[in-house]
Amino acid sequence: MNRRVALTLFTLLALLLPVRATAQAQNELRFCLRSDPKTFQPHLVDDDASETIRYLTGGVLIRVNRQTQAFEPELAVSWKVLEGGRKISFRLRPNLVFSDGTPFSSEDVAHTMRVLMDPAAHSPTGDSFRSGEGEVRTQVSGKHALTISFPAPIAGLERLFDQVAIVSARSTQKEMAVLGPFQVAEHKPGVSVLLRRNPQYWKRDSAGWRLPYLDSIRLDIQQNREIEMLRFRRGEIHLVNNLDPELFDRLAAEAPGMARDAGPSMESEQMWFNQAAAAPLPAHKLAWFRSRNFRRAVSEAINRQDLVRVAFRSRAAPATGPVSAANQFWFNRALKPHPYDPQAALRRLATEGFRLDSGVLRDAQGNAVEFSLVTNAGNKVRERMGAMIQQDLAQIGIKLNVVTLDFGSLIERMTRTFDYEACLLGLVNVDLDPNGQMNVWLSSSSNHQWNPNQKTPATPWEAEIDRLMQAQASALDARKRKTHFDRVQQIVWEEAPFIYLVTKHSLSAVSDRVANAAPVVLRPQTYWNAERLQLTALPSGSR
Amino acid sequence: MRLVQRMALSILVVVYLAALLADFIAPAHYSRQFRDTPEASPSVQFLLGTDDLGRDRFSRLLYGSRVSLVLAPAAALLSTLIAGLVGGVAGFVGRWPERLAMRGSDLFLSLPWLFLLLTVRALLPLNTEPEVSVAITFALLGLLGWVTSARVVIAGAGALRASDLVLQARATGCYGLRLITRHVLPNLKPVLLAQFWIAIPVFILSEANLGVLGLGVAEPLPSWGGLLRELEHLTGVFAQPWRLAPVGLLVLVVSCFHIVFSQDEVAA
Repeated sequence: MNRRVALTLFTLLALLLPVRATAQAQNELRFCLRSDPKTFQPHLVDDDASETIRYLTGGVLIRVNRQTQAFEPELAVSWKVLEGGRKISFRLRPNLVFSDGTPFSSEDVAHTMRVLMDPAAHSPTGDSFRSGEGEVRTQVSGKHALTISFPAPIAGLERLFDQVAIVSARSTQKEMAVLGPFQVAEHKPGVSVLLRRNPQYWKRDSAGWRLPYLDSIRLDIQQNREIEMLRFRRGEIHLVNNLDPELFDRLAAEAPGMARDAGPSMESEQMWFNQAAAAPLPAHKLAWFRSRNFRRAVSEAINRQDLVRVAFRSRAAPATGPVSAANQFWFNRALKPHPYDPQAALRRLATEGFRLDSGVLRDAQGNAVEFSLVTNAGNKVRERMGAMIQQDLAQIGIKLNVVTLDFGSLIERMTRTFDYEACLLGLVNVDLDPNGQMNVWLSSSSNHQWNPNQKTPATPWEAEIDRLMQAQASALDARKRKTHFDRVQQIVWEEAPFIYLVTKHSLSAVSDRVANAAPVVLRPQTYWNAERLQLTALPSGSR
Repeated sequence: MRLVQRMALSILVVVYLAALLADFIAPAHYSRQFRDTPEASPSVQFLLGTDDLGRDRFSRLLYGSRVSLVLAPAAALLSTLIAGLVGGVAGFVGRWPERLAMRGSDLFLSLPWLFLLLTVRALLPLNTEPEVSVAITFALLGLLGWVTSARVVIAGAGALRASDLVLQARATGCYGLRLITRHVLPNLKPVLLAQFWIAIPVFILSEANLGVLGLGVAEPLPSWGGLLRELEHLTGVFAQPWRLAPVGLLVLVVSCFHIVFSQDEVAA
């Protein structure tokens, strides 16, 4: 008898458990992370997976609206930049509590800044606030008011607070007590991270409903893009960011409503010539690469429209410069991509003594123009681009050898031996502000790829870029900064140290079960408004 | 020569001639991009359609066959010769040479050759011609790919050493080189031939895999390995089954080789 009762109970339980699990999963958004988050401590974030967790769980004082690209008040109801960017004062939103019920006050902001600026913590987020020698001081002037002072002015100070997730000074849960829409509920290393809705989250919708709408978000760790897409098609996950054009087209053919193209993103593909003094290159090749007319001629001989149409299946746009049109404020709209004109390229080369001799371009000394273009192996789109550039340059008599190298060898050549001639790679711009590109444009920087670590600028135009970048970084008037940075973009367009080829579109996949999704070009493209995303019920009979 | 054998030989002759005369037969150069018609379906102009850059697949298959049909068998021959020499001697002599060869092959198999190949690529000058790069790749494959075959040959030669055939030969005063050339090698021939045929498709596929690491046939030069890389996406293959043409040709050529030479071996 007892055995029969136990069996009946077990059967009932077995029948009920999946129902409960399904019920829980009904309002659970799922998508994939490429790797395990390295940390859950918001001030130590320096990888994409950890950034996703910080974005979804962290409450910030000011948020950059990913759609409008404007600053929006979050935990701070208002703020004011003072003393030319040396200080910023905040008035905080009252009556807020962390996910564990601990009240939020200006002491928490002060504590967060202390953690962030602790030299022992080596916080990447904190580094962006280090404007000069000296301490960052926080002066609490009330329960909901404080002022933060910096040793030197910081241009675009407000945007830095978009990355600062406020942690509680008093909670025993430390960084697990959050002010964002979700909180970390479970982490299975290498498998998944489960985020549950923060019941204390302060935002409400226009009807007065407390946000977020979702009960939970499950982030599965999945590195393989093909498997990720397979799972999306099966309905196991709901969002995919950063699709490549091939996967996007396949999805668009199967389910047009789920493939979302948000237009030109902040990611570009570009090539550059090695101009480093330490490069072990023949003198005549170094002379070509240092010639503005040679670089411009190569740029004008490349058919960007074809690259867009064939290599990117029309899911890209010809690139103009270091900032794409996706960056609404900083993009220099006066500039257009270098035109495709092989004849003009030949005329430009002729001014430098180059001549076309039986289909072979030769320099003034009679050297045939031939160089190699290195790129990373295994990237099909770049391999396609290399083959297309090869054919384009053959039209003006240049022999191009496309060489694919494993990433380690490529970086070794780019940063240590400088043993390469030209390189084709992509640039992911995550920061709207030009200060995020200082390490690329300053001639003394190690990331000044075409000629890094210069003691003094090698050319007058690099000296001008140095001066303009420093001027924009110290100016506080946004229009003045824009004027400086517009000029930088113009110089880069004229001198072509980087030959910008295409700006990739922001491609994503959004399940038809997800309501309120509006993919944008800025990261995180599909879940930037996670608190307002909703899942519609599954049709009866389906999973 | 039987009918099947003659047919196989004819097919091989046709394939080799087509590959060698690609300059005259191919409708377009292998690198020419018809950018207005990428991924086109088969037509009168493009017999096997075009690839994602608009290059004629039929022309690329012809030129690719030239590379693979010459270099893959050459590499397979090199590796089989080394395997025959090392495995044959060690297996037939036995005792410590056999033990040394077996331990040596264990060690050889456990070494991270991938890193050696990456180093070789890193050391090559960047402006190396695609033809030189592909020759180096296949030479490396031949020099590194003999170990597994050698172990099979050691086993075969070991069995021969203890066989009545060899005992009888020795009893009649047949020793040394004469014993090896007259009795041992002819009896090892089936093993060596089998290893040779196995090595050809393995080397073609290895070349395709090395392409992912940047070693192998450089663009725009085609090879069977490079053409097989297009089969990575299974869904694309279902939509465009003509992409399977390189696989079909590979199977056909290897089968034909097998038929032609195995018939010889039976006759011998």
